[in-house]
Amino acid sequence: MLLIGERINVITKAQREAMINRDPKPIQEMAKAQVDSGANMLDINIGPAEDDGPELMDWIVKTVQEVAQVPLCLDTTNLDAIRAGLKAHNNAWGRAMINSTSGETERLNTFMPVAAEYQCDIIGLCLTGSGLPADANERAAIAVDIMGKAMEVGLPVENIHLDPLVLMLNGNQDQALQCIQAVEMFQALNDPPMKTVVGLSNIANTAPAKMKGILTAVFYKMLVDAGLTGAIIDPLEKEFMEVVRTNDPTSIYPADQVEKTVKVMRGEIMYAHSYLDI
Amino acid sequence: MAVEILKENYGGKVITVEIGTGETAVKVGGASALPFHSFEGDVGHRPLIAYEVLDALPEEPPVSLQAQLGAVWEDPVKWALHCQNDLKARAVALRLVSTDPDGQDASPESAAETVKKVLDAIDIPLIILGCFKEAKDGPVLKAAADAARGRNCLIGKAQEENYKTIAAAATSNGHKLIAFSNLDFNLAKQINILLSQADFDINNVVIDPTASALGYGLEYTYSVIERIRAAGLVQNDAMMQPPMFLDLASVVWKIKEVKASEEELPEWGDLGERGVHWEASTAVSMLMAGAEILVMASPRAAQTVEKSVDQLMG
Repeated sequence: MLLIGERINVITKAQREAMINRDPKPIQEMAKAQVDSGANMLDINIGPAEDDGPELMDWIVKTVQEVAQVPLCLDTTNLDAIRAGLKAHNNAWGRAMINSTSGETERLNTFMPVAAEYQCDIIGLCLTGSGLPADANERAAIAVDIMGKAMEVGLPVENIHLDPLVLMLNGNQDQALQCIQAVEMFQALNDPPMKTVVGLSNIANTAPAKMKGILTAVFYKMLVDAGLTGAIIDPLEKEFMEVVRTNDPTSIYPADQVEKTVKVMRGEIMYAHSYLDI
Repeated sequence: MAVEILKENYGGKVITVEIGTGETAVKVGGASALPFHSFEGDVGHRPLIAYEVLDALPEEPPVSLQAQLGAVWEDPVKWALHCQNDLKARAVALRLVSTDPDGQDASPESAAETVKKVLDAIDIPLIILGCFKEAKDGPVLKAAADAARGRNCLIGKAQEENYKTIAAAATSNGHKLIAFSNLDFNLAKQINILLSQADFDINNVVIDPTASALGYGLEYTYSVIERIRAAGLVQNDAMMQPPMFLDLASVVWKIKEVKASEEELPEWGDLGERGVHWEASTAVSMLMAGAEILVMASPRAAQTVEKSVDQLMG
């Protein structure tokens, strides 16, 4: 399982300040902590970085790989920064990954050729400019477009990690099952099966803090059972990593709660923040 | 060869809620099939249309309502009696708009006084609605609930921020409660769970999933109602089995289609008719989706809808 640690992120204050000040310590500490906790790839989210994207990405890739012997997932909309990161990346521990292209034509035309040029990996997010995908079929149709573009520009489809686009459960309950089904469908699009990845924490967005753990754990387990090969996660969440290790949410959460949560994911019980209380 | 009609069997049943007392008490809910699917099961009690009565008039009351209600609407007691005696309403919904802090800001005590006068005048069930401002509705509905003790009214709307106060007032005075959620069935369920956890009996709740007027999000309300009803009947979700309450009067009479003059918009036709048709069309859609209680402002629209219900109930 590809476990991509999400904690080096411009959104958190400490990491953002370290990026601005080019202070290696907080970033390297966060890199080590995540790898020690089980991450085997690290997401490097520098935001749009409009002023100094290439220079920042070059610095941060080298800074992280000084202490973490894992490949990196370069997360920015700034294509020049992506190029700089790919140049700086040490491939001794695996190929770098671009996070991400979507199914939008403009994004495909700009990001996919760069992935082909460097023969790196790339996340293919199943989203277009015309609104959220309605179901697994629409996700698969976008996936096919992404794969088509890869073949056109000379990137092996084995380098693509298809992302079905996880939406938050609260308000999009039927989409949880559609995501799981999309992960199943994606695999059938190629032989060997396509790789898949999800941004896992989205599922529990807007849920109360005490509910995030079980929602994330159960959804993860259901995706893994459907064939998921990668996830962007918080490796510092100890309970979640224990679920990853055991591949069993009941190693942490009571079996009846897990069973109820599975039913919520499948749409058999309507979600409400307190669904476990009744 | 005879055609066999495919029938769905539902595991759940809509809760029956009774409001009012004595011979004029009204029951709603009770269905074990989708709305008007009498071929599949029990469609339950007849939907209830409650006639809106305001305790204070807006500055510019709608023209087509003036023609229907202008003779009585200066006085909520006269208005309520007109609904009961002349229009044969089965219930009245008294809206305490005078308490709006952005308007007259009348006190809870004065609102309670109005509630008492109206209840002394009428026998039919009363629905008591606040001004729909969370902070003010708590004390206003508490005072109103006290004043209406023993009359088994329906009070609301209880929202996430004030449900504890209003639920406690309903319980201690023997009333039923309207639980409001803003076009969000997950939240509708959550509020009912919270009410249950606060020891409020789910059998005394009606769900207000948020009404929308035709052309102003009606289809969203429709889907939310359908989803709630499906959870209650198909998934047998106990928290989603209370009857549904739709406050049409509060949304239909705000939109430009029922207010703009004929000089302004001649192609839309007679202003006196427009609002009536708009409210009636909205109402029938809500009933088809699964609503059990409607609050309506136009007596003519209400009577049109009653005729549709006659036909739909067979």
